[in-house]
Amino acid sequence: MTPHSYLFIVIFLGVALLFPIMPLILAWMWRRFFQPPRPGAEKNATYECGVESIGEAQIQFRSQYYLYAIIFLIFDVEAVFLVPFAVAFTGLPIGAFVAILVFLLLLLEGLVWAWGKGCLNWAR
Amino acid sequence: MSDIDEGLRSELQRQGIWVTSMQELYNWGRKNSIWPLQFGLACCAIEMIATAASRYDIARFGGEVFRPSPRQADLMIVAGTVTKKMAPQIVRLYNQMPDPKYVISMGACAISGGPFKQGYNVLKGIDRYIPVDVYIPGCPPRPEALLHAFMELQRKIDEQKLTGPRKAEHLDPDQPSEFPVPAFGAHDLEPAANADVFRPPTMERT
Repeated sequence: MTPHSYLFIVIFLGVALLFPIMPLILAWMWRRFFQPPRPGAEKNATYECGVESIGEAQIQFRSQYYLYAIIFLIFDVEAVFLVPFAVAFTGLPIGAFVAILVFLLLLLEGLVWAWGKGCLNWAR
Repeated sequence: MSDIDEGLRSELQRQGIWVTSMQELYNWGRKNSIWPLQFGLACCAIEMIATAASRYDIARFGGEVFRPSPRQADLMIVAGTVTKKMAPQIVRLYNQMPDPKYVISMGACAISGGPFKQGYNVLKGIDRYIPVDVYIPGCPPRPEALLHAFMELQRKIDEQKLTGPRKAEHLDPDQPSEFPVPAFGAHDLEPAANADVFRPPTMERT
């Protein structure tokens, strides 16, 4: 047993700090002595596949999109849970069966509601 | 930084001491990890993809990582016909790449418009707007030709100077870091060519 059994953690911390900081210092020195920065409006612009970006990135979505969220839950997320449910159906305890049934009924209610609202009609 | 005497260097190398300069180390690192920008324009792009795939394998030369963002790319391979609709985007992508950056003009279309030169919508060569380092003729050039162009580019990078009056352009703060992006005019791109990088060939009549 060495007298400083936790010394290696201190050494490890030092190396862990030096490892990312050294390249940054080297890059800074390189910029300082060899390659002067040459920024520009075009160079610093937002990258959008070469197209000029329009407007702000932080936009708000309309609240009407909640319909899509509900339909997505019913037809996509539900299917993800239905497949393992169907596979493990015979071995399920009664509690798990009731839990998945509640989940299905909740989404079914959403489907009935969306159907009644006419969201599933092709041409509105 | 200064050039090492060749005789002294070989003498030291015989004794097992490897001497290098900052410039050589810098260029050696740069030329062996050229990351191309990942975009293709036309049929030349298929050859470029073949070059990147396992049979030809551009990774052997350090160019395996095709970057989907210009911020991480060193090399722009203009692979295919540049339409006038596409030209502003290409110049903008070139502008957004960090220095040092290089351009390979791949195929007849990127050089001059190629077989589509007469088309109203075809740019007659990408070198009208951005400086091109290596041209590869061919329609399309085979992957070997692209590899050859890549090696030529490596040779060019290897010869770039870090200091002195003839140092590389990207190290000079007075050189432009951006090139003007052409705009869609009433009939053509405006301007039709960047006068700083492109001089139309003139025919001398005697």
